[in-house]
Amino acid sequence: MSLKRACAIAGVAESRLGVVPDSTVMTLQAEAMIAALAEAGLEKSDVDAVFSSGNWGRLPQLQVAEYLGIRPSYSDNTSVGGASFEFHLGHAAAAIQAGLCKVAVILYGSTQRSRRERRIFEAHTDLGYQYEAPYGLPIPVGAYALAASRHMAQYGTTSEQMAELAVSTRSWAQLNPAAYRREPLTVDEVLASDMIASPLHRLDCCLVTDGGGCVVVVSPEIAKTLPKAPIWLLGQGEAHSHAQISEMPDLTVTPAAESGKRAFAMSGVTHSDLDVVEIYDSFTITVLLTLESLGFCKPGESGAFVTGGRTAPGGEFPLNTNGGGLSYCHPGQYGIFLLIEAVRQLRGECGERQVADATLALASGTGGVLSSNSTCILGLE
Amino acid sequence: MAEELPDPDSAPYWDGIASGELRYQRCGACDTAIFYPRSICPTCGAADPDWQVSVGDGVVYACSIIHRSPPAHKDDVPYVVALVELAEGFRMMSRIVDCDTDSVTVGQSVRVVYRDDNDGKPAPYFAPIS
Repeated sequence: MSLKRACAIAGVAESRLGVVPDSTVMTLQAEAMIAALAEAGLEKSDVDAVFSSGNWGRLPQLQVAEYLGIRPSYSDNTSVGGASFEFHLGHAAAAIQAGLCKVAVILYGSTQRSRRERRIFEAHTDLGYQYEAPYGLPIPVGAYALAASRHMAQYGTTSEQMAELAVSTRSWAQLNPAAYRREPLTVDEVLASDMIASPLHRLDCCLVTDGGGCVVVVSPEIAKTLPKAPIWLLGQGEAHSHAQISEMPDLTVTPAAESGKRAFAMSGVTHSDLDVVEIYDSFTITVLLTLESLGFCKPGESGAFVTGGRTAPGGEFPLNTNGGGLSYCHPGQYGIFLLIEAVRQLRGECGERQVADATLALASGTGGVLSSNSTCILGLE
Repeated sequence: MAEELPDPDSAPYWDGIASGELRYQRCGACDTAIFYPRSICPTCGAADPDWQVSVGDGVVYACSIIHRSPPAHKDDVPYVVALVELAEGFRMMSRIVDCDTDSVTVGQSVRVVYRDDNDGKPAPYFAPIS
C-alpha cells in the first residue's frame, strides 16, 4: 500500500518567530492555525484531525485541542523529537486514505527562548539513561559532537567543511526577511566561536528561538476545491533506531538511510529530479550525516559535498532555503518548518530566495539524538 | 516520574561496579553481547540474557571534550565523554580520565578504572593504556 497522493498540503503558516515574550505555546499555535486555515480557504469547523508534538503539560494533545476548540475524530501525538511533523504527515496521509478524517492540522509551538526553558538540561537518570547519567554529556549537543568526532576520525571530515555548511545556510537566511540571524558569516567566524562540545562550536549549533507553525493536510477531493495549488505528498518513510546515543548502531548512519529509501521508492522520484531539499539542521553535522544516509552522496563524502558553496544561493544544490535551524528559527522541534518552506518553494512564494521552477521538494526531519527520521517527498503536480 | 535506582535490570550491574567488576549480558540463544542490561535480548528476543564479567579493555569509538556542561558537572569542565567499544563486543558511555583532555583520540586503547561520580556513587571510567 502506498501513500502516494493520499493527501495534499492546503495551507501552511508560521506564528511570530524569534523572541515573542507576549505569547504562550497556545497563542502561538492558534496564531499559526488561523493563518494556515485562512490560506487553505477552510474553517476551524472543517478540521477533524489533530497532530501535535507538544512538550508542555501532562497531556499536551488534550490541552492544545481544548484550547483551540477542536474535538477531533482522529488524534496523533507521535512525539519523536524534531522529526515528529514529518511522521505526522505520513500518519495523516494514512488516516485520510483509510477514510478516518478529511482535514488535519499539524501543530507546533514553543516559547523556549522567552521562558528560558532551553537549558543544557540534565539527562534523565532512570531506565536506560542511568548508564549515561554519571558522565555529564550535555544533550543534545554532546551526542551530535560524538557523531561528528566519529565521522571525522573515520572519513577525515573537517571542521572547515562543517563550518561551510553553516555559512551557506546563513546566505539563504540573508534572503529571508523572517530569519533571525541575517548578518554575513564566514568560515573563520564559525571556527572562532566558542567550543561547546568538541568538535562542535557555537555556530555549528542551531538557534534557540520561540515560534510555532501549522500545516493543513486535506484529502485529494478537498484539495481540488481550494484556492491555492495543492502540494501533493508523493512519498514518505519513517524510522527510528535508538533513544540514547550510546545505543546508536553506527554513529555515521542515521535512520534516514531506511526512511529515505522508502520515501524515494514510494514516490518514484530520483535524487536528481529534486529541485529543492530541506534537511533538519540541528547541528551542522546533522546535515552532513543525513545527506549521506539519504544517498545524495556516498558515505564519508558529505564534507566535500557541501564545500565550494554548493548548497548556497546560486549553488547547484539548493539546501535549507529559509536559512534553516541554524539561522532562521529553531523553537526546539524544528521539523514543521521544513514542510512549510518546501510547500512555499513549490508554490513559488519565496521572493528573493525562490528556487526557479521548483516542482519537486524533499523534507527530511531528524529528532532526538540522531534517533528518528522521517523523509517526505512533495510535488506541485 | 523517575524510577527508583537500582532497578531489577540494573541491580546486578551496579552491584558489580561496587565490587570492582564490569558486568554485561550475553544472550544464551544468539550469543549477542548486550549493554545496557535488560530482560530481553534486543537482537533475537530471547528472555533473560546471562550475566558475564568484562575484562574492561576497550577502544574509544567516539569522544568529545565538553566545555559547556550540564549544571551538575560545571566544576568538571573541560572533560572527555566517550563511547567505548569493549573487547567483548558491547559499547558503553563513559569518561576518559587520567590524561590530558586534548590527548584522547578515536581508536585509542583504554581500560576501566572505578571512581565515585558527582553523587558519590562508584561508576566505571576509562583511562588510556600506556
